[in-house]
Amino acid sequence: MKMLEVNNMIVRYGTLTIVNDVSFSLDEGEWLMLIGPNGAGKSTIVNAIAQSVDYSGQILYQGRDLKQFKPVELAKNIGILAQNHSVGYSFTVEEVVRLGRYSYAPSIFSRHTDADEESVERALELTGIKPLMKQSVLTLSGGELQRTFLAQILAQNPNILILDEPTNHLDLVYQKQTFALIQEWLKESGRSVISVVHDLSLARAYGTKCLMLKSGEKIAYGTGKEVFSPEILNSVYSMDVADWMRTMLSQWQE
Amino acid sequence: MFHNRGKNGDGSAVPVSSKEKRYTEGFGLPAYLIFIGIMLIVMILCICVGSVNVPLKETIRLIWSAVARQAVSSDMFSSIILAVRVPRVLCVALSGAALSVCGAAMQGLLKNPLADGSTLGVSSGAALGAVLAIALEISIPFLPFASTMLMAMLFAFLSLMLILSLAYRLDFSLATNTIILIGVIFSMFVSSVMSLVIAFSGEHLKSITYWTMGSLAGSNYRNALVLLIALLICGTVIMLHARELNAFAIGEENARHIGVNVKRVKLTIMITVSVLIGVCVSIGGTIAFVGLVTPHMVRMITGPNHKRILPASIFGGATFLMLCDLVARVIINPIELPIGVVTSLIGAVLFVVIFYQSRRKSR
Repeated sequence: MKMLEVNNMIVRYGTLTIVNDVSFSLDEGEWLMLIGPNGAGKSTIVNAIAQSVDYSGQILYQGRDLKQFKPVELAKNIGILAQNHSVGYSFTVEEVVRLGRYSYAPSIFSRHTDADEESVERALELTGIKPLMKQSVLTLSGGELQRTFLAQILAQNPNILILDEPTNHLDLVYQKQTFALIQEWLKESGRSVISVVHDLSLARAYGTKCLMLKSGEKIAYGTGKEVFSPEILNSVYSMDVADWMRTMLSQWQE
Repeated sequence: MFHNRGKNGDGSAVPVSSKEKRYTEGFGLPAYLIFIGIMLIVMILCICVGSVNVPLKETIRLIWSAVARQAVSSDMFSSIILAVRVPRVLCVALSGAALSVCGAAMQGLLKNPLADGSTLGVSSGAALGAVLAIALEISIPFLPFASTMLMAMLFAFLSLMLILSLAYRLDFSLATNTIILIGVIFSMFVSSVMSLVIAFSGEHLKSITYWTMGSLAGSNYRNALVLLIALLICGTVIMLHARELNAFAIGEENARHIGVNVKRVKLTIMITVSVLIGVCVSIGGTIAFVGLVTPHMVRMITGPNHKRILPASIFGGATFLMLCDLVARVIINPIELPIGVVTSLIGAVLFVVIFYQSRRKSR
């Protein structure tokens, strides 16, 4: 059975169509990259899967319609990392990460279990923010904040990670480490990842599948090799993408 | 994975912390005992001090004999303490607690430090109800003594229905900004209607003006009981949502992602806050700034976690408003100031101090 299946998704804001009849699916162990220029509808697809925007069409998680899921059920199965984070008050890193366990104990009377402790500890360790755990999130750099929220969804222990620009705000070292971390996370059975990325090299290197979008339309869907053909790239970005990439790379060749 | 920066960064599972070190967010018993202790000391002080000062020993003896249902001599002290001060101080404490817990909940829910229980516009609606009752001398059959209160509650309820149905019509997802905007517009509209009523109120002008400034003078035990029941029910509902309020204070989108039923929680908190605010306004009028300032003061000590802010706001709000009421009663003795004037004056100054301090800290 497919982990996730999106059938004929349409999202409209008033008369404006943001996502137009997009279908794709996700198998276990797959890492799907959503790519395309600004305004292509990538984040809207993420929001639709998160059930935060109205859509028509169907999104099935292991054969079951996502609209039937209760919020806690959804959070246990699908972890979503938003594109931007702004925290209103000076919560500590630990408090933010611990909220990732909300779906396992949504009642105020629920006690912290050993599984909660273990997941939180592991998430703090994996993302390297354990030394900052008592620090206020208001004092963090953009990258540290991004890793805090990454730790929160890892603590959620979901089967699918949906990451909207996960390397936003991250320097090169952390970009590399984040992608390596996600790749490692994906190795366990029953897991898969969808991420929105702008860096086509990262998409090509890590994605097992790519979905190219432009103005809400599906342009290409398949392996990196199939999607990154010069014809498709040039038509979507209206420029010679491969040539630009090579020019950039040539600076580093000495 | 982030091996160069973590302590134990090989990605291995870390031993689970032992039970005795288990993470807790709320207060322990000692903290509650301290809160209750401070509140009781302030309460006794407020009962003793006033235009007539009653000795501490006599105050405690009188209260104790009333509680133990012993015969109480009907001297001047006993009537001052038992018939005037105790019910008033109880009402002040309960109103302070209720307004503050509402403020804390709304500041978390809307992720907005300027929010309080009146942000929704319900308190203005309640005030209009009360002003109409006074100006038009509306008397409710069988309950003439509570006409103002019942009219205020009725108008609070109608306002809530109106605001929520308008918000639903505009935006089915009940976005925070929509609610704040409708609340502000509604409050402005109601204020102008109230001004209109006041302009034609004739001989009722003084009592209306005094009422709108907020006052708990002349409160009785019945008022205290109504406030207590409302606070117990609504306060419990709010406290049961402490974790969800934490999630909202971090961000509504994040709350949805971690599994919070965003719409249900938002509706529950807004209705609960409105009911409690409606009851408070119906008894004490619009007492400004308590619901705004107390959560800020409390947050400076407890941090932003609602498992601590909410209970601390209840005790802090009660203590703060009792002290404000004391100031209102004694500062230009024998004339008594409306409590709302005192809270606005003290609250505004405190708010500026808190604002500057938090800005300095974050720099």
